[in-house]
Amino acid sequence: MEALLQALVNGLLSGSLIAVPAVGFTAIFAILRYPSFAIAGYVSVGAFAGWWVNTRFGFGAPLALLAAFVAGGLTGLVCEQGLLRRLMPSGALTVAIASIAVNLVLENVLRFFFGNDLRGFDLPIRPDLILGGIFIGVQQLWNLLLAVVVVGAVFGFLMFTRFGRAMRAVADNPDLARLKGIDPARIAAIAVMLGAGLAGAGGVLLGLDTSIDPMTGYRVLLSVFAAAVLGGLGSIPGAVVGALALGLAEELSLLVVPATYRTAVGFVAILLILTFRPRGLLGERAA
Amino acid sequence: MLSYLLFSITIGGVYALLALALNLAWGSAGLVNLGLAGFFGIGAYATALATGAGLPVALGLGIAMLAGVLAGLMVTGMTLRLRDDYLAIVTLGFGEVVRLVALNERWLTNGADGLSGIAAPGKAALGTAGFNWAWCIGVSLVVLLVALLLRRLDAGPFGRALRAVREDQELAAFAGKPVLRLKLQAVALSAAIAALAGALYAHYQSYISPDHFQPLITIYIFLAVTAGGLGRPLGAVLGAYAVVAFLEGTRFLAAEVPGIEPVQVAALREALVGLSLLLVLHLRPRGVLPERIPAAPKVSA
Repeated sequence: MEALLQALVNGLLSGSLIAVPAVGFTAIFAILRYPSFAIAGYVSVGAFAGWWVNTRFGFGAPLALLAAFVAGGLTGLVCEQGLLRRLMPSGALTVAIASIAVNLVLENVLRFFFGNDLRGFDLPIRPDLILGGIFIGVQQLWNLLLAVVVVGAVFGFLMFTRFGRAMRAVADNPDLARLKGIDPARIAAIAVMLGAGLAGAGGVLLGLDTSIDPMTGYRVLLSVFAAAVLGGLGSIPGAVVGALALGLAEELSLLVVPATYRTAVGFVAILLILTFRPRGLLGERAA
Repeated sequence: MLSYLLFSITIGGVYALLALALNLAWGSAGLVNLGLAGFFGIGAYATALATGAGLPVALGLGIAMLAGVLAGLMVTGMTLRLRDDYLAIVTLGFGEVVRLVALNERWLTNGADGLSGIAAPGKAALGTAGFNWAWCIGVSLVVLLVALLLRRLDAGPFGRALRAVREDQELAAFAGKPVLRLKLQAVALSAAIAALAGALYAHYQSYISPDHFQPLITIYIFLAVTAGGLGRPLGAVLGAYAVVAFLEGTRFLAAEVPGIEPVQVAALREALVGLSLLLVLHLRPRGVLPERIPAAPKVSA
């Protein structure tokens, strides 16, 4: 019983970390209509940017998160405008493949400058809380709080700002949005900055949880995809629900399969949801 | 030097088979398979295990192809009806799972240490030099054979129907083409060729480990197919040899850059691969040998 409760707690904590890049991925998909594999690169770039300001200037987690958001967002904007946008006429699949190449380049730029070593954030080590026999890391609780704040800010942006409303309009019906005078290129740029920035922020959260290296983003890519597909591609609340569901599924399955198969859970989740409910848990579009 | 050249040509042949497999799925049928390295790995492990259990090599190759087909149908069968980008995501996951299984099921695959002592037909009888020659010629012949076969299929009714599915599957279905069956056939054939490439690789190297089936290989093959000309079997073959030459070339080039560490050399080479793929997509998206699309016949008034 305690093992089960522990798994539930761990699942919610780890799911909340995946939720941040998953919202970023699904935001880019909602507007630009291609699955961005470069999201992995943005995660890693953000992780290193946050780590850098943390270890170099001693900034705490919130400022590192902000630095990662800016670094990830700018990287995303440059890659999108410079490398991916012009391929749009060749179709979404071509852009998706180009985004794999972008990811490879970003990962190796990081590898060139920082090497393959694992790096940890410079934070005070705190003992775990023990609540009724359940172990909860204090840092993990902070991460959960930060993830909630970030996702909350995104929802606020989408619900209450002009750009947020314009973004939702484009996601809903691009043609109608254009008729109403919304500039699609500008909305696309904002969506990419937001999405890549969230990916970067997610990188810091993952790094605070464990450690970072140039592969940090690639290792969570499948989980990010799984969360977004579970929730319904292009649905932002869906990505949050999907990430939490995936976190729970991963931790619960660890009760029966070895920990090394954690990534495989995401794959199985994708297969199952596509077979039985292709729209995802909260998605509206099929096929 | 000669043995290095023969080795590179043989590996080029293995990549050419993978490029042919990808070209059939992606170029002709429009199905993006990001788990190519997984099918490559399945073929290699299947024949290594089968011949390790005492079966002859020829049967091992057959079992490898069968394993590839089964895996391909299982992975894609459920998602072929959905949007194309789902297939990309699912196959990427598949490639990772194959590597995870190879890493963790030690009783079957010997984990990260890999399987060694895989039967290398001809090595004892021909000696090392003769073996290298024989395999270089043999693999090249297989490539030629598969390429010609695929070119024929491509030009025939099967290839035309696949293209119709690629361009507009609703229209193709309306015209009476069995869309789902055509896609499954393309996936099965493509998976069989990729698995064959893996099996040949395993017997040639006589050692395999999960490290040989990194997702990076899939990116090499995408580069090969886009550079050579998507939708043209001969273009894919050309692209594959060019990519191997490019990879080996960057090995020498990176060694010339003074004062950088081995990990930086590796990073430079991988970054170059990514940049080249981007460059090809921007400058020559249809490759060196573009797909030939015959003009529609004129309708006489």
